[in-house]
Order: sequence, then structure tokens, then C-alpha cells
Amino acid sequence: MGQVSELKTEVKSFAGLEAATRDAYGEILYKLGLENPDIVVLDADLSSSTKTQKFAKAFPERFFNMGVSEQDMMATAAGLSLAGKIPFASTFAIFATGRAWEQIRQSIAYSGLNVKIVATHGGITVGEDGASHQAIEDIALMRVIPGMTVIVPADAYETELVIKEIVKYKGPVYVRLGRSKVKPVMPEDYRFSIGKAYAFSFGKDVNIVACGVLVREALIASRILKDKGIDAGVINLSTIKPLDEEILLRAAEASLVVTAEEHSVIGGLGGAVSEFLSSIKPKPLLRIGIRDTFGTSGSSSELMKYFGLTGEQIAEEIIQRLR
Amino acid sequence: MLVQKRDIDYLRNQARLLRIEILKMLTEAGSGHTGGSLSAADIVTALYFYKLRHKPEDPFWIERDRFVLSKGHAAPLLYAVLAMSGYFDKALLKTLRKLGSPLQGHPSSKSLPGVEVSTGSLGQGLSMANGMAMGLRLSKLSSRVYCLLGDGELQEGQVWEAAMTAAHYKVDNLCAIIDLNGLQIDGPISQVKDIEPVQKKWQAFGWNTIEINGHDMAQIVDSLDRAEAFKGVPTVILARTIKGKGVSIFENKVKYHGVAPTKEELDIALKELSDGTGF
Ligand SMILES: Cc1ncc(C[n+]2csc(CCOP(=O)(O)OP(=O)(O)O)c2C)c(N)n1
Ligand SMILES: [Mg+2]
Repeated sequence: MGQVSELKTEVKSFAGLEAATRDAYGEILYKLGLENPDIVVLDADLSSSTKTQKFAKAFPERFFNMGVSEQDMMATAAGLSLAGKIPFASTFAIFATGRAWEQIRQSIAYSGLNVKIVATHGGITVGEDGASHQAIEDIALMRVIPGMTVIVPADAYETELVIKEIVKYKGPVYVRLGRSKVKPVMPEDYRFSIGKAYAFSFGKDVNIVACGVLVREALIASRILKDKGIDAGVINLSTIKPLDEEILLRAAEASLVVTAEEHSVIGGLGGAVSEFLSSIKPKPLLRIGIRDTFGTSGSSSELMKYFGLTGEQIAEEIIQRLR
Repeated sequence: MLVQKRDIDYLRNQARLLRIEILKMLTEAGSGHTGGSLSAADIVTALYFYKLRHKPEDPFWIERDRFVLSKGHAAPLLYAVLAMSGYFDKALLKTLRKLGSPLQGHPSSKSLPGVEVSTGSLGQGLSMANGMAMGLRLSKLSSRVYCLLGDGELQEGQVWEAAMTAAHYKVDNLCAIIDLNGLQIDGPISQVKDIEPVQKKWQAFGWNTIEINGHDMAQIVDSLDRAEAFKGVPTVILARTIKGKGVSIFENKVKYHGVAPTKEELDIALKELSDGTGF
């Protein structure tokens, strides 16, 4: 396999910017494509939505539109990696992880192949398309596969850093991105490395461990709680696998640990944290997320409220729990 | 039961009214799939107002024919034809894609009577239609099952697994219809990943094939009759269509796959679709 030399790409462009994580993906993928001829990209008729289109236009010979054939796409990506390429395979999260799950398991992960699955449209913030297109199980589906790395960036800037970082890593990776614009949360001097969570602060009473768009909501919740005299810390656990156990043990020093994600409360971030803490440091745990139900149509902001995922609602739930 | 008549002029007019409902609801929703709803509007009109034996007032009538919209993103087409058939009040069409509406972005059978199966994830409908048809046959019901697929959708492997199943089990109470509009999201099918020669493929999989112009109402009606009469193997109707059909600014445009009309575009569309009496 081609040895990847230190990448020269300056990843500064999305720092502090409000943008969809998929937009950041499209940009960085293009920049990486300029520098690294081993990078190839596959898509399943969604390149305009996943934003791989920019790469496709710039490097047509390194872009493969597989049509609406997600299973075929994953196994083809496996083959490309066997030929020494660094394939990025993109489609919507539900089709990547749901439709092609066993291809990912068998063709990619079982052999530990160097395939980067970067899926967009994770979670309920997909909005109007409704349940069929809202992946609320993808983190669980990917996390359970041996050797799979699972990452959910919190904003556009972190997405840039993540994509740059996973090119340097050899092995299967699943990155979950979103459809809607997100406000920036990560500081400009933030650096991402796989398996390292970022603590905005640790609280004495509560620590909220969040990923993706819920990081911002957790920060809002912690401010509301502070006003009410509750000391709440916030941790961005962008790598869900492998888990940053050290930071979780520190988070568990508070009286309550809260997890927050736009994913089912079963099997995702909440599942991962509770599995870990319950076996090492049992702790009262509040899991915020989609409560074992399907998504529905609506605007993304309406759905955040509908599913109780806004900062205000999270704060309220924590107050109720602490009572 | 609706009175189904072989009146081509009547059906053509129904298709025109159907397109108007589709465009209005899409504009109101502000998002959704325009092109693929319009390309199949004539076919779906012929199904609901000519071919299907169904009772809008009794959507779970056991002996009804079933329609599976495998290309679930054309949900507005299904909702509009259900409303026009009398399954529910047309006023509901305005709620498409809104929070709390039974008119989900992609069809959800749990939330709306008349929707036979939940779709939206492409490639799964034909398998479900096979299962329904085989089950109906087992129950000695003479109901037929119709399944509408997109041409891009044919790139899904499961479609061909289902194609083998239907041929193997001689599911002749099933009729698949392919909306061959030549376009998918990322461009023309021939450029993204070609599916031609599509008729030979279905023939090789053991199907009876009928190729038609999917906007010629007489041909559509005729093909549906021939499909019903053909026994022993399943029939697929290969309908050559134009994506966005009926409105010049949407016709054959890749862009209008998943984009709803703006208010201004709706005005243009309504003008073009008007029969001269004005709306
Ligand atoms: C399994 C799956 N993959 C991807 C999509 C996203 N998607 C929605 S429509 C579409 C293109 C379908 O093209 P075609 O079947 O030709 O539909 P039509 O032209 O009739 O609208 C795609 C890729 C999906 N809905 N399901
Ligand atoms: Mg098409």
C-alpha cells in the first residue's frame, strides 16, 4: 500500500464558520485529492448531496459513481483498497450502514481494509425526507463491527480535521456527517486525533458527553444549568470507537453523567458510554437521544424540539433528574 | 368501488389534474421530488382510474389490487392520486412533509391508509410486491399487484434478486412497471451507470416484456390489459418517459429530480397545464 507522506493541506478554512459538515467534507476531500493521488472516491448517485461532486469534477478518473448500488459500492471500495488506493465511499448514512452492512463487515472490516466510509444525512436533522432517510441506528451498526473506527464530528471545522486525520490512519473508518448547517463549536486551536475526546469543561454535578450537533446543545444546556447553580461540564466525544476511557472516567466523577446524540438511545454514544462505565465505574446515567422510535418528517429545528434534543430541553431533563 | 372506464380522454384529463395537485403540494412543502412524480403521472393515473380494482372508502378491502410505489421518493404522486380517488380530503395534501402529517416525505403505510407499503429506500419494493402477490395467490384471491420502479433504481442488486424470484415462482398476478425517464440524481443513467439494454435484461431474467411510450394513455391502458392477460410468467412494462413531463421548464432536467417548484415556477406550470379555461 502506498505510504502516505505528511499531508501539506492547510486545514483552516472552516474554523469558526457555520456550515454543514458535509460541505466541509466536500472541500477537504478535494484539497486532499490535489495532494494525494492514492485517494479515490465512490458514491451511489448522491454525489450532489454528499458533496463528493467537487472531487468528482476535479478528478474524474479517480471518481466512481456506482449508481444506486450501495452494496456494490462497499465491496468495490474494498477491492480498490486492496489495490493500494485510499477509497472514500459516500452515500446517506442509512443506506451506507443499513443496506450495505454485511458488505462492510465481510469485504471491508473482516480484512481490516483501508476504506473510509463517510456518510452524510445522519440523524433526524435530515428533516423533511422523513424516517426512511433518517439514520438513527448507524452508530450502533458500525460500532458493533470489530476493528471499525467510528467518528461523529461536531462541526464543519472538526470535520476537516477528522477527514485529514483518517487519511493518515490505516484501517476501516466510519464518519457520520449531517445534512443541515451547524454553528461552530470547536475552538480554532483544537486538534483532532482518533480516540481523543475534547473536554470544554468538567462539572462537579453533571458532565454531558455529546457528539455531532448535540455538542452545541450540550453547551447551551450547561450554561442554563450554571445559571441555576448546577455545575455542568461538556465533553465532545467525537470518536465513539475507540472510546476515550480516560476522559470518561474523569467525567464520571460528577454525580450524574448524561449522554446526548441524534441517534437511538440504544447502541450509540449512550450505549457505548454506559457499557464502559457500568463495568468499570457504575454511575447514574441519563441517555438523551431518540427513544426507540422512528424519525418523522418536519424541519430539522422542529424535529430537534420534537425529540427533546434542544439545549433548553436537555437542561430541563437534567434538572428533573437531579431533583 | 370506483367505476373504471376505458375512456382515454377522461384519463388524459385526470393525469393533467393529477400533475396540478402534485405541483401545488410540492410548492407548498418547499421540498420534495418533482421530476419523477411527473414522469409517472400518466401511468399512475391509468392504474388508479382505469386498472386497479379498489375501494377508496374501504382501503383495506381484502380483494383489492395492490400498488407498490417502489420509487418512494415519488410520494407526492401517490398522495395526489389517493386524494383524487377519494381516500382522504385533498386539503391534507397541503401538509406534505410537515411535522405531524401522515403525508411523510416518503410513503409510510402506518400513517396513511391507501399506502400499501413503506418505501423510500430504493430497491426493496419489487421483493415486497412479489411477497404480496404470492400470498394473495396462496389465499386464492384474484387480486393483482402492480409495482412501479425507477430506472436508476434498477441499479440496486435486490431488484434483480426479486426479478429472479418472480420468474422462478411464476408470479403472473404481478406486473412491474419501470419508469424509464433516463435520469437519476447525478445525471443521465447512461452516464452514471448504464442499465441498457433493459428489455433484454428482463427477458433474460424470464419476464414477459412490453415496451411502451409512458405518456401515451392508449398504450398504457393497452399494456396493462395485455399484462393481465399474459399467464405463466410475470410481466414488466418498460415505459419510456420524460422526467418532469408536462411542464417545459422541468422536462428532462436533472436538477428537478429532488427540487420543489418555486411560486413563480408553479405559476408557469399551472399556465402550461391549464386547458384554456383557466384556474
Ligand atoms: C437505497 C437508496 N439509495 C439512495 C437513495 C437516494 N435516491 C433517491 S431517488 C434516487 C435516484 C433514483 O433514480 P430513479 O430510480 O431513476 O428515479 P426517478 O428518475 O424516477 O425519480 C436516489 C439515488 C434512496 N432513496 N435509496
Ligand atoms: Mg429515472
